Amino acid sequence: MAEFTMPSLGADMEEGTLLEWLVGPGDPVHKGDPVAVVETAKSTIEVECFETGVMGRLLVDPGATVPVGTPLALIGPTADGAVEPEKPGSPRRKPGKAAKAGGPTKTGKAARSEKPEKAVKPGKAAKAGKSGEGEKAGNAEKPGEAEKPGEAEKPGKARKAEKPGKPPRRPTRPPPGREEPTGPAPSSPEPVQAPTPAPTPAPVPAPAAAARPGHLEAGPLARRIAERSGVDLETLPGSGPGGRVTRTDVERAAAGRGAARPPRVRATPFARRLAAELGVDLVTLTGTGKGSAVRAADVRRAAPGPAAEPAPARPEAASARPSAERVPSGRPAAAGPSEERASAMRRAIAGLMTRANRDIPHYYLSTTVDVAAAMDRMHEHNRRSPVGERLLPAALLLKAAALAAREVPELNGFWTDDRFTAGDGVHLGIAVSLRGGGLVAPALRDADSLALPQLMAALKDLVARARAGRLRGSEMSGATLTVTDLGDQGVETVFGVIHPPQVALVGFGRVVDRPCAVDGLLGVRPTVTATLAADHRATDGAVGARYLTAVTRLLQNPEEL
Amino acid sequence: MNINRTDALDMVRDAISRAVPGADVSALEPDDPFRDVLEMDSLDFLGFVEILSEMSGVRIEDEDAPRLATLADSAGFLVARST
Repeated sequence: MAEFTMPSLGADMEEGTLLEWLVGPGDPVHKGDPVAVVETAKSTIEVECFETGVMGRLLVDPGATVPVGTPLALIGPTADGAVEPEKPGSPRRKPGKAAKAGGPTKTGKAARSEKPEKAVKPGKAAKAGKSGEGEKAGNAEKPGEAEKPGEAEKPGKARKAEKPGKPPRRPTRPPPGREEPTGPAPSSPEPVQAPTPAPTPAPVPAPAAAARPGHLEAGPLARRIAERSGVDLETLPGSGPGGRVTRTDVERAAAGRGAARPPRVRATPFARRLAAELGVDLVTLTGTGKGSAVRAADVRRAAPGPAAEPAPARPEAASARPSAERVPSGRPAAAGPSEERASAMRRAIAGLMTRANRDIPHYYLSTTVDVAAAMDRMHEHNRRSPVGERLLPAALLLKAAALAAREVPELNGFWTDDRFTAGDGVHLGIAVSLRGGGLVAPALRDADSLALPQLMAALKDLVARARAGRLRGSEMSGATLTVTDLGDQGVETVFGVIHPPQVALVGFGRVVDRPCAVDGLLGVRPTVTATLAADHRATDGAVGARYLTAVTRLLQNPEEL
Repeated sequence: MNINRTDALDMVRDAISRAVPGADVSALEPDDPFRDVLEMDSLDFLGFVEILSEMSGVRIEDEDAPRLATLADSAGFLVARST
């Protein structure tokens, strides 16, 4: 049985809060599937699974904050030869590639993972450490199991699946650069966030439940009462053993039908929060989670517009809002007030940048590039394209940065253990400033092989999700070279601080018209200043110069982009 | 389709609030350079152009961007282009 651990989602992450499980025990999972939502100081991230198998016991409950490396759940192997069925309700499965960096399981971190008792709920932590817990995967110990009927057979499946010839556990090598910081053990200035249990919703049958194949496990008595009171057993979640519908369930449902108030929809805490942010009415949704609970994914599907973002947590806006509009009590405090969040982010950035400036001997290069040809190509493309497919200068600059990184691989990778390791592709970290302050640099994977329109679409999607706090684990780590484009902020030149353990950072300023000598004449041309901050341990200035020369050549010959 | 000035202004406000969720559009003065006031970056602005174009049926080119600096300008642009 493999452990699914709290991943390191960036060099500056020490701990994370589990917000939501996207799968339950017994669910088949595939490498690359998002299985949990984790909140770090910087963002809310969907964490992908690094194994294909069957979800075993969940060791950490939503709301708990645990250090990186803490086992969160067990994943059992899929039964030999068995082709597991496509999991319905998991439409966002990504092809395996995305998972590459998704699961930094660190077997070597086991020792560290013994620690988190204080953070994990009492009673759980002790078990988490023990081995041989796998067999117990079927035990309905998980809190909330009782309210998740209809899953009764699943634990059994998990147990079965574990038995026959386990494939040897794949030793997952941590990607380079994901090593422990060598500094002193990080003190934890932040109080451990107390798990905020979501109020248990009364098991009133949500209308959504009708869409889900129900179960008909009910005793004769329950059946009779149901018949009499007109309760549809098909849609009724049972709280009895094995998800059986009990007499109490039926009576409660019958009582609920009479009540005028709208049914309280079963939903995960994260889904509730998301729904509040996105303005989605939970009642209108069909839940695909356990017991038809509405999951975050369901909310997202129903959310209007692709770029929906959380409302800013401006205090004045909040207080001006009439109380009737306030998010009901279901909203968890897991995210904390935005100011606390902002200061946590500030601390995370402070820690990382201090380390970068202390440990990395930066050298800086700069050159000004005539981008007339590139801008012509962009405008030409935009004239021919529907407005939704237009390019921005950023797309061309990023593509040039990515292609140049392929040409000069010495700048594309990580400096760890006193040596350079090349990246396994060109994954550009895109520095995205967040509206509430702070920044994240999620990875735009394989940026060098994306055509401009695809790169533009990927960029839009990545930035929108970064700002909405919906990045995936594989995007939070694995960037091989970061690009910062401060053109929108009006500056012409930016010399950045390298994001460790990367070895370089590329900066672009604003595209400005400047007088230039062109073919012996003076002309006014759109230009951009490209800069490079590079790690002198990994490369010398000549390599950096080669890189900027490649960027210049690419931008001046945009047909190569 | 002709767009009158009032409708145009409403569309512009609506497009901004959709492109920059949470932006306090009601506080914008007609002549405020809203790109700066709301700290919209080029992606936000592209989103705004996309939405506005869709709502109004007016095709907006890259070159038109300078004419969309304020609410008043943008509304004027839509009115002019829709006739």
